[in-house]
Amino acid sequence: MKILVFIQVDDNKINKMSLEALKCAQGLTSNVTAITFHEGAANELSNYNLNEIILAKNENLNSYSPLHYAKALETLIDDSCNAILFAHTYETRDWVPRLSVRTNYPFISDCIDLKNENDSLIITRQTYQGKLNNDFQLNSNVFCSIQSGCFKADDLESGTTQVNTVEVELSDVANTIRAEEKFKEQKGGVDLTAADLIVSVGRGIAKEENIPLAEELTTLLNGELGSSRPIVDYGWLPHDRQIGSSGQVVSPKLYFSLGVSGAIQHQVGMKGSDKIMAINKDGNAPIFEIADYSVVGDLLEIVPKLIDKIKES
Amino acid sequence: MKICVLVKQVPDKNDEIKLNSENLSVDRSNFNFVTNESDNYAVEEALLIKEKLQGEVVVCSFGNESAIQVIKDALSKGADKGIFIENDTNDEYDILNTSKIFNNVLKDENFDLILSGLQSDDIGNGQLGVLLAEHLNMSHGSLVMETDISDSTKIKVKRELENGWFQWSDLDLPSSLTIQSGINKPRYASLRGIMMMKKKPINTIKLSEIDTGANKIDNLKSMYIPQKTKETVKIEGSADEVAEKLHNILKNELGLI
Repeated sequence: MKILVFIQVDDNKINKMSLEALKCAQGLTSNVTAITFHEGAANELSNYNLNEIILAKNENLNSYSPLHYAKALETLIDDSCNAILFAHTYETRDWVPRLSVRTNYPFISDCIDLKNENDSLIITRQTYQGKLNNDFQLNSNVFCSIQSGCFKADDLESGTTQVNTVEVELSDVANTIRAEEKFKEQKGGVDLTAADLIVSVGRGIAKEENIPLAEELTTLLNGELGSSRPIVDYGWLPHDRQIGSSGQVVSPKLYFSLGVSGAIQHQVGMKGSDKIMAINKDGNAPIFEIADYSVVGDLLEIVPKLIDKIKES
Repeated sequence: MKICVLVKQVPDKNDEIKLNSENLSVDRSNFNFVTNESDNYAVEEALLIKEKLQGEVVVCSFGNESAIQVIKDALSKGADKGIFIENDTNDEYDILNTSKIFNNVLKDENFDLILSGLQSDDIGNGQLGVLLAEHLNMSHGSLVMETDISDSTKIKVKRELENGWFQWSDLDLPSSLTIQSGINKPRYASLRGIMMMKKKPINTIKLSEIDTGANKIDNLKSMYIPQKTKETVKIEGSADEVAEKLHNILKNELGLI
């Protein structure tokens, strides 16, 4: 089995999830090739036990550009690779589907596990907000993106691998997508990553008027207030409170979630917490899969009583 | 400006998932179906662009019989017409093959813009908009948080990147955008809108009657409810009892009070 891994580089650093994908590949086969568009990354990768490192060079690959990236990788892959792995990042989601159409290989995204069973790949991905696992058996070429945290980059096998540099020809790529410099909003926003205790609110809080209830509990517990995506979308809390793949990734001592269902995108941002306490009306909510303490019930009844008890004590 | 919005009918997020006996499909009989959340934002964004630049909003969905409802809901909000690709087969399609089906139906429509929600809440591939951009030779922008359009040649989009970063991109039209939820405030259908919807055309195309070159899924090995890996302490009782127990854990077990 031959596996290719595309290594994403952000701000001149290898994306950690790309190394997790590389670890996934090392578990499948000894024939692993890493591909990167960044010279520094290629040199760093040469310290791992891989079959080959391909450094593709072209001035249009110096910063992310979906059409140039797609064309470059298209020229570097062929049917001999059983699978081409990526980190499941927003960037991957932005350009890899184009390759799927061009090559007619399926792109199975957000995978949580890959296994090599007698030279066929068994790929697991979740659906229905993490409530269901699907195993696919692939005997033909496939693109896969790997969910954050499913493999441990620390366990990568070290070694010495040679870097092969390839100049790629991209002059015929259309310039129909022109990105400007990236930027951050809300300078001086809240840094939730440093908090020891986070109280997090989700849809179950039901109304904007109920947010102060969560704020009061947060203050009493000396923590920070976080939220799931919908609460920010509704405009009930600012974006810098959001936890998950599009917000902050936190690992407090206690993550106390109130009415958060715990979709995959949210779990990615908080599953590293030491302890998770969850209140939710829906006993089947995915948050309970990873909770240390679970309460199936109405937070609007329970939280006021909890606040009273904390005040009494 | 000719705008297409792709909408999908999905089960409500709180619906319980049950498998059929062969463990290869989901029992859909007790689902409460709704329009996929981010698709509602895509519909709204299309309507806002149409209000600014004039033109037509065509709403398109692929699904089994019941899915026509999501088209009707978008028409009630102000979309002009619908294209319903009815899956009248018993087969399911992966996202690449689904994109071939859409491509087959949409390729001669010459849309300036295709808008879709960034990801479906059921299968969650999050690929269709970009797949279609490639099929139809369009530019694309994914995870769009804001749009700025003043003519029919270009659109500027603010995209959400990871870790709090954003980026503006300038896209040539035609373009396919995947819309992040929260980009706008989706409107509700008015009573008048619902009345007008009944007169709007929906072109229903049966999948079995067109040749799309799409293949059904044949690599699904099994489906199963994930095994819990963590031991969970279940806290039960009346609200008062639960509050007492939580207080106890926070104070004595975790030392946080």
